Amino acid sequence: MRRKFLVLSLLFSVVLLSFSAGSFAAGSEAEEGKEDPTGFIMHHIKDSHEWHFVTIGHTHVTLALPVITYSGDRGLEFFTSSDFQNHETHKFGKEYAHNGIFIDDHDHLGRVDGGSILDFSITKNVVMLLLVVAFVLYITLSAASHYKKNGAVAPKGAASFVEPIVIFVRDEIAHKSIGPKYKKFVPYLLTLFFFIWTGNILGLLPGAANLTGNIAVTFTLAMITFVIVNVNGNKDYWKHVFATPGVPIALLPIMVLVEFIGLFTKPFALMVRLFVAITAGHIVILSFIALVFIFESYSIGVLSTIMVTFINVIELLVATIQAYVFTLFSAMYIGSAVAEHHHDDHH
Amino acid sequence: MDLIIPSAGLIFWQLIGFLALLFILIKFAWKPILASLAEREASIDGALKSAEQARNEMANLKAENEKLLQEARLERDVILKKAQEASVKMIEDAKAESSKQGAQLIEAAKAVIETEKKAALTEVKNQVALLTLDVTEKLLRKKLGDDKAQVELVDQFIKDLKLN
Repeated sequence: MRRKFLVLSLLFSVVLLSFSAGSFAAGSEAEEGKEDPTGFIMHHIKDSHEWHFVTIGHTHVTLALPVITYSGDRGLEFFTSSDFQNHETHKFGKEYAHNGIFIDDHDHLGRVDGGSILDFSITKNVVMLLLVVAFVLYITLSAASHYKKNGAVAPKGAASFVEPIVIFVRDEIAHKSIGPKYKKFVPYLLTLFFFIWTGNILGLLPGAANLTGNIAVTFTLAMITFVIVNVNGNKDYWKHVFATPGVPIALLPIMVLVEFIGLFTKPFALMVRLFVAITAGHIVILSFIALVFIFESYSIGVLSTIMVTFINVIELLVATIQAYVFTLFSAMYIGSAVAEHHHDDHH
Repeated sequence: MDLIIPSAGLIFWQLIGFLALLFILIKFAWKPILASLAEREASIDGALKSAEQARNEMANLKAENEKLLQEARLERDVILKKAQEASVKMIEDAKAESSKQGAQLIEAAKAVIETEKKAALTEVKNQVALLTLDVTEKLLRKKLGDDKAQVELVDQFIKDLKLN
C-alpha cells in the first residue's frame, strides 16, 4: 500500500514536471527583485530575538520575546523584541533603535553610541531550551513518581519509556566506557542523553527552534563534559598528558604539546559533531522545502514532500544517534580520565 | 546571530538551564529511579538465586531418595538371597535328615524284623520240638507194644519231616 503510494506519487510528479518545465522558465524572470527564497533556511537554523511561526500574506505570526541587556554603565535592562522592530514587516534594524539600543538585521544587539553591551535576551533558543527542560522534567519526574509510589516494581506508563533508556545509558554507555567507577557519572550522562535527544526531536517539529544545532548550546554541553573530565582526571590521566610514558625524552615536548591540544580537541569534536549533524539535517529538510518555492511547481512539491518525509525519518534516527554519540563520547572521555592504567601492560 | 560563533547570552542560559535540569533530575529523578532499578535487580537476583538453591536442594533430595531407594533395593535383594539360601539349605538339611532317619528306621525295622524272625523261628522250632515231643509221647503211650507199627510210624514221621 505504502509502496504503491510512493510509486504513484513519483509518476504523478514526473507527469507534472513535463507540463511545468515551460512555466518554470517563465516564472524565474518574474522572481527577480523578490526576496531570496532560501533565506528562511539560515533564518531558521540561527537564533533570533523573536519567534517567528508563520507569515500569511503580509501578516507575520510571531511571538515577541524578552530582551535583557547588561552594560557596565546602564546596568540590567529589560525590553521586548517588538520594541526594536518595524511593527508591519517585523524587521529589525538600526533605524528602529529604542532607548539607545538596537538589534541589527543580523539579529545582533548593539548600542547606538557604540558602547559595549551584553545580550542576555530570552531568545527563541532560550525559550526552546526551557521547553526542552520542561519536557524532560515532565517525563523523568513522572517516571520517578511511579517508583516512589510503587517501589521497585515493573515499570508502567512514563517509567516504562524512561527505564529502558536509563538501563541502556547505565549499562551500555556508562559502565562499558567508564569502568568500575561509573556510578558517579550515570546521572550526568542520563541528563545529557535526555536533554540532547529531546532537543533533537523537538527541534524537528515545524516551527521549533534549532536548539541542539546551535553552537552555543553544543559548546556549553561540551564544556561541561570537559570540566567533568578534567576535574575527575586522576594521576595517570595527567601523567599521560604531561609525561607520556614510553616516549623518548627528545620527543616529549612535542608529545606534551599534542596531548595538551588533545585535551581541547575532544570537547571541540563533541561540540562540532552535534552542531553539524543537527544543523545539516535541518538545512537538508529546509532545502527540499525551499525547492518548492524556487521551482514553484506541483511536481517538485510532491517530490520534495516525499523527500522531506524521508529525511525527517532519517533525522529521527540521527536525533537518537547523535544523542547517543555525544553521551557515549562523554562517557569515554570520562573513562579515560578515571581509568587505572597499567602501563606495563599497555605501553 | 551568527551560525558558528557561540553567543554569550545563549551560553549563559544554556548553562543555567542545563545545570538546573541536571541538579533537579539528580535529586528527584535519577536517584529514585536508579535506586529502584538497583533494588529491583537485587530482588530479581535474590529470587533467581533462591530458586536455584531450591532447585539444587530438590535435586539433592531426589538424589538422596534415589540413593536410599537403591540401598533398600540392594538390601532387599541381599535379604531375599539369604532367605532363599537358607530355605534351600533347610530343605537340603531336612531332606538329608529325613533320608538318614528313614534309613535308620529301615535299618531298625530290618533289625527288628530279623530279631522277630529269629524269635519266631526259634518259637516255631521250640513248638515243633514240643509238638514232636507231644506226638512222640502220645505215640509212645498208644503203640509201644507193636514194633512193626512203631517202625512204620517212625518212618512215616521221618518222611513227613523231610517233606517239611
